[in-house]
Amino acid sequence: MNKVLMKGNEALAEGAILAGCWGFFGYPITPSSEIAEYMARKLPKIGGIFVQAESELAAINMVYGGASTGERVMTASSGPGLSLKQEGISFIAEAELPCLIVNVSRGGPGLGGIQPSQGDYFQATRGGGHGDYHTMVLAPASTQEMMDFAILGYDLADRYRIPVIIMAEGTLGNLMEPVIVRDEVTSFTEKPWAISGCQGRKPNIINTLHMTADVLEERNRHLFNKYKEIEMNEKRAETFMVEDADIVVVAFGLLARVIKRSVIDARKNGVKAGLIRPITLWPFPDEHIKAVTETCKVLLSMEISMGQMIQDIRLAAEGRVPVEFYGRIGFLPNPEELTRGIIDVAERKGL
Amino acid sequence: MDDEKQILFAGFGGQGVLSMGQFLAYAAMNDGKQVSWVPSYGAEMRGGTANCLVTISSEEIYSPLTEHPLMAVVLNQPSLDKFEALIKPHGWLVINSSMVDRDSERTDLTVLKIPVNELAEEMDNARGANMILLGAYLEKTGVVRAEDAVQHFEAVYKGKKEIIIQKNREAFLAGVEWAKKNW
Repeated sequence: MNKVLMKGNEALAEGAILAGCWGFFGYPITPSSEIAEYMARKLPKIGGIFVQAESELAAINMVYGGASTGERVMTASSGPGLSLKQEGISFIAEAELPCLIVNVSRGGPGLGGIQPSQGDYFQATRGGGHGDYHTMVLAPASTQEMMDFAILGYDLADRYRIPVIIMAEGTLGNLMEPVIVRDEVTSFTEKPWAISGCQGRKPNIINTLHMTADVLEERNRHLFNKYKEIEMNEKRAETFMVEDADIVVVAFGLLARVIKRSVIDARKNGVKAGLIRPITLWPFPDEHIKAVTETCKVLLSMEISMGQMIQDIRLAAEGRVPVEFYGRIGFLPNPEELTRGIIDVAERKGL
Repeated sequence: MDDEKQILFAGFGGQGVLSMGQFLAYAAMNDGKQVSWVPSYGAEMRGGTANCLVTISSEEIYSPLTEHPLMAVVLNQPSLDKFEALIKPHGWLVINSSMVDRDSERTDLTVLKIPVNELAEEMDNARGANMILLGAYLEKTGVVRAEDAVQHFEAVYKGKKEIIIQKNREAFLAGVEWAKKNW
């Protein structure tokens, strides 16, 4: 199999192209900019559109427009840029338009820094903009998954008519690894709702304004029926050495992959550790968490934030086992430090 | 995981440390190994040290990061000061002695010194200093066999002018020869 050495951001961009992405609309921001650069080089050559918009607001509304036509479109940004896009994402969610939105995350709040972060977890998993809605959120852990999740993301977006967010720490965007370049996607979901020229059929209308209370309530119920279906079908997580684990770490993204090394090292130090890596952050894989509470003694949420996903872990654990926390800000911790973090909690809990 | 090696390349921005690491990652990948390359980026790059960490293993790589690399290749004094203490016990330290005017304080390490800037100037190829160092490093450590690595210049520098590829290859081979004679 032919492997190509690629940066995470490049692999993601190439994956989107393989999935048939036709339009990229964005505004550059570190550490996501290689995605825009890659698209600027490639898309025009294959009959696609690249627009460096005048602002993030313009970019997300171009995505809104592009997605309305049924084409596969995307944008990529980082923390402050994602905040600016939230109004548009709320509109796109209500209009039920499929699109790919990438957050190569950096630390906040405010301008924050340009080092990796997971502090946008709440923003991504709770909707982020106004109103009742969700986006699907995928968290890759390798350069290969940056490519694969772009392809998967478009498939999920089309099937459920929902915006899909890919959340990757800044380090993952810059991480270079061999990637197996996937085949071009050739089968696509039909989009009879698209604004594609209405000759010979009734016009399609895309609209998010519902002034009548019962119509609006019906719209919300419709969306949440769809979210329920997604929750039934699409929760994904990877488990690692959880079978006999006393302490199960829950972490996502590249951080989770680094923690695999810490789990092995903790075991060398006599601590029976394991790992659950949520792959879908929304829908959150709560059954995976609940299942390990039957056998483990403590859960440990490790995050590059002050503690956000821990709330979902606690909800999933339903008080069966204690949920501890270890967080750092502004960088991706080394495996040695994370091993010490696991061992410290194990010792405090008498494991 | 047992044969996993993590190698840090560090120097000033512009000395070519990131491309040294990329070249090694590429060569190791073509040698059938699992590899990862991760740069430090951001404000640190501007004026301070630039560095990247390459991980090479015959098995799946879990962590592309580490507190304690097995080997460090340092191209300037600030990088030696910053990373010397972090190298794994009994690891390797390769020093560009053109830009570093002190010895290592560690006694457990295998320390190798090479004046790559002088060597590059002698060859009238000032920008090839990093490749001289990489050639010497691979010849001595065998992390990837130098004679295998040298096959990859065309692929790594795809799209660059032939003269640039040629000069980089010459510099790499000069490093290999220097290591054979001096290390």
